[in-house]
Amino acid sequence: MPTVKTKTKSRAAVTGNPRKKVVRACTIRRSPEELFRFWRRLENLPTFAKHLVAVTQTSDTESRWVAKSPTGHTVEWDALIINEHENELIAWESKPGSEIQIAGTVRFQPAPAGQGTEVVVAFEYVPPGGRIGEIIAKLYGEEPELQVEDDLMRLKALMEAGEIPTTEGQPTGRDQKNVRRCE
Amino acid sequence: MRAVCWYGTHDVRVVNVPEPKLLNPRDAIVKITSTAICGSDLHLYDGVIPSMEEGDILGHEFMGEVMEVGKGVRNLKPGDRVVVPFAISCGRCHYCEHQLFSLCDNSNPNAARNAKLNGFSGAGLFGYSHLYGGYAGGQAEYARVPYADVGPIKFPEGLTDDQVLFLSDIFPTGYMAAEQCDIKPGHVVAIWGCGPVGQFAIRSAFLLGAEKVVAIDNVPERLRMAEEGGAVTVSSEEDVHEILKHMTGGRGPDACIDAVGMEAHGSTYDVVKQTVKLETDRPYVLRQAMRICRKGGTLSIPGVYAGFVDKIPFGAAFAKGLTLKMGQTHVQRYLQPLLRLIQDGKIDPTFVITNRVALADAADAYDLFAKRRDHCIKVVLKPHEIPPPEEVARATVRAPREGETEEEVAFSVPRSKRLRRE
Repeated sequence: MPTVKTKTKSRAAVTGNPRKKVVRACTIRRSPEELFRFWRRLENLPTFAKHLVAVTQTSDTESRWVAKSPTGHTVEWDALIINEHENELIAWESKPGSEIQIAGTVRFQPAPAGQGTEVVVAFEYVPPGGRIGEIIAKLYGEEPELQVEDDLMRLKALMEAGEIPTTEGQPTGRDQKNVRRCE
Repeated sequence: MRAVCWYGTHDVRVVNVPEPKLLNPRDAIVKITSTAICGSDLHLYDGVIPSMEEGDILGHEFMGEVMEVGKGVRNLKPGDRVVVPFAISCGRCHYCEHQLFSLCDNSNPNAARNAKLNGFSGAGLFGYSHLYGGYAGGQAEYARVPYADVGPIKFPEGLTDDQVLFLSDIFPTGYMAAEQCDIKPGHVVAIWGCGPVGQFAIRSAFLLGAEKVVAIDNVPERLRMAEEGGAVTVSSEEDVHEILKHMTGGRGPDACIDAVGMEAHGSTYDVVKQTVKLETDRPYVLRQAMRICRKGGTLSIPGVYAGFVDKIPFGAAFAKGLTLKMGQTHVQRYLQPLLRLIQDGKIDPTFVITNRVALADAADAYDLFAKRRDHCIKVVLKPHEIPPPEEVARATVRAPREGETEEEVAFSVPRSKRLRRE
């Protein structure tokens, strides 16, 4: 099983099956209310979280999550919102018995001097073994912090600039390497 | 379309690539009428900027005609002529709101990777490596311009491309370098590097009230151009430290501008270290400027640095209480004021152009510029223009075949081969 490297110290929930923990923060020039509203509509998450294919809310607190690794494998799980303070915090975890054991929190706290909102995401997961473990390792790559930071920056761009920066689909001469130079 | 693509150190080619299309609501597509090769493109050419990929389209100094706009762009319409700033800025983040456009939070899709290296990422840049977003550049027939409602500036009728093209980078860059010096009456400003940015820094320093500008370089035609701009020149081959000291009555320059950056010449130590990758940048000028700058003076750095430098006399900077100012230019901040200077005839930016080359000859233009051949100081490319007849005659070794247009003939002979034969 490929191991997931992380710099944060992991607390061992079960010996030999360490939990991985990721914490990232990002300041966004929008009000906590606005960001909370956007995040709480869980269907919105895949617009900025790269590896999420879809999140479907099945009841007020229950949802079904579908994620995809870069190699095309998908994994699904059900999650439950276990704690919620309007405009401040949302906490969720995967339902017992899910393929994936994951728990996360997002906090929205006002940044000083009207700079917007500090969005702090923290989540913990138990890297499972076998096929699912491999998919998880690929979802978050070798650097889960980087992935989460990337997602937060995409959320920030979407909320502040109204769109996520991209170069996908722009021209490149990559495939022209062996083609005769245009003269 | 044809575009200038990077394939490795000293390997730049003009190849056919697909035309760009709108990818985001705030995009515009610009038909490029003029584009230039920047001194900082030579860092890419020399392979000292990390995260370049084969096939990347180069170029960040360009202007042209708006062809198409996304639904989020309301201030531009097809047909508008615009100059495009080299740094891509969203206009809505903390930094853009504070006029620090080149530090934009939202324009670099690879910001998280860049932040791993630098702590935090700057704005995305056109044609300047994947750590800066991997955006396709403007040495091409067309370009996609993100956040087109913020960056590009329209300019009034009656101004030519050559007059306004350098608003995209080198004029604002030279101007910001001088502005950062906080010039007061009587101030002496020393400027290392008389390439295009240095030239604009010289003229901007005078516009901002400098008493005297000392320009340092080792290329005769650059020094000549600096003198035409009113500077006193010093060859970098001389003992620059002693000469500057004498010239300033023993005080040292009030402000120093490093318009050279990471590939300064003059120190074998740094060349060796850079070659064997023990150092990414060669900070020869930085060291010299730091030592000679007057007590309490300012060191302004428009020259590009990309990584790590070695043996910096930081103790000298500390002992003399120097102020250091640096970074990519906040181009958008300077567009209107500098356009006004051009309109009022306070400066004519065309003075810096020495070579006009067809897009097809861009590979040679890079070589020309890198080796300072043919008295080259600034190259301008016109992607949609047929080269002037004399250029065609020089580049053509055969008569046009039947059915061939003038343009096809002009582009049919690679100047690379011709020049190498010579």
